[in-house]
Amino acid sequence: MNRRMVGLIGLGLLAFTLTVEARTRMHVQVREGQIRERPSFLGAVAAVVEYGDRVYVLREQGPWRWVEAADTQGWMHESALTRQRIKLAAGEEDAAGVATDQEMALAGKGFSAEVENEFRNRHDAISFEWIDRMETFEKSTRQLIDFLQAGDVEGADL
Amino acid sequence: MNRLFSLLSWSTRAGQGLAITMLGLVVVWASGCATITDIGATVGENAGVIRPEEAESLRRAGVAVGRTFEDITPEQEYYIGRTVGATILSAYRPYNHPAANEYVNLLGQALALASDKPETFGGYRFLILDSDEINAFAAPGGFIFVTRGMLRLCRTEDELAAVLAHEIGHVQHAHGLSAIRSSRLVTAFTVLAIETTRTLGSDEVRELTTAFEGSVSDITHTLMTSGYSRRAEREADQAAVTIMQRVGYNPHALVRMLEEMDQRLDPQGLDFAATHPPPRNRIREIQRWIRDVPAATPSPASRQQRFESALREI
Repeated sequence: MNRRMVGLIGLGLLAFTLTVEARTRMHVQVREGQIRERPSFLGAVAAVVEYGDRVYVLREQGPWRWVEAADTQGWMHESALTRQRIKLAAGEEDAAGVATDQEMALAGKGFSAEVENEFRNRHDAISFEWIDRMETFEKSTRQLIDFLQAGDVEGADL
Repeated sequence: MNRLFSLLSWSTRAGQGLAITMLGLVVVWASGCATITDIGATVGENAGVIRPEEAESLRRAGVAVGRTFEDITPEQEYYIGRTVGATILSAYRPYNHPAANEYVNLLGQALALASDKPETFGGYRFLILDSDEINAFAAPGGFIFVTRGMLRLCRTEDELAAVLAHEIGHVQHAHGLSAIRSSRLVTAFTVLAIETTRTLGSDEVRELTTAFEGSVSDITHTLMTSGYSRRAEREADQAAVTIMQRVGYNPHALVRMLEEMDQRLDPQGLDFAATHPPPRNRIREIQRWIRDVPAATPSPASRQQRFESALREI
């Protein structure tokens, strides 16, 4: 094997490594994640992904990540993603023993709905009625943009 | 170390819940020292307190040690935030005025989009509290509360935006979670290590709930009584200025709000005055950050009109 060939193989390996590294695996860490057509909340929603779903990040632009999900591609905000693998249930393949590992989180475990229920059993006087009502106060991105425009709030960089 | 051994063997006679606490203690004590964690797990295993696979979990995890509030997942932060919010609402009545709450949510959620943490597990939600106090609270995960007394101080939408953006800043920096004492987290992460191998028994759920109660109480005490550090308030002010500029509100409104509070707050009061640094110290810093930003001009008519209309009865 001549030197040139070794060099080429070396370059090929380097390129392969870079390609692999450029494709970072991440998981959705919010209840409902939105994949947008543009790197902005002003961009239309192309698809919706769920908590724990796996996506591959192909490139970055500021706080935005161009991701590839099951059957779509688009932009997601970095705050919706984590490098931790999120397992939806204990006991799933490699879940055992690594929930406290930096690389993995278990959904629905730790301080969870089950713990909230136990807390509520202990504290009758604390009502969650208004917290549940607050949850329904969700506004769509469209409503928020319209709100800003109607108030002549200009130059929004979202 | 002998002392630890005797503590652990004693714990085998006590309930399993206590054993978990003891293991947690071993783990705390062993911070940075995997060998001791191993011993703790082995002792627990030999004593029959925990099963071999659970001991393995503890060993691997080295565990809970060194984990901080930053390791709390957004999902767990959300559940902590719900309960902190419910606890605040056991001290303050909600203001049941749909139009006013709708307006505060539109403004608050629009501002949150421009923060460095626009997405939380369950999203940002706002609620007005029916109180004359001048106060506002941010529970983890994005549950934000503002009193009628605080809203009455705001003369423009930009000023209300300043108040809400400051609270969003606290959520963005996870200041609430940072108030949790590390002992609660060690218990939580220790139980979590066991939870990976099987469904928790009722003793363990109780143990975890006690750590949860403690965490919620650490946060509500900080929010309602002791207040955040000067540094945390500065970070929230910085976030507020950034958010307002990104959205298109004038950050001088934050200075105006603080000046107003400086006038109105009773320094001995139990509300905002008790939990925040004196407004005039904050004003000086903020003015340095925004000295190149042109002074506020009067709000456009459409913005002022909707502000007055939504909060007419406040």
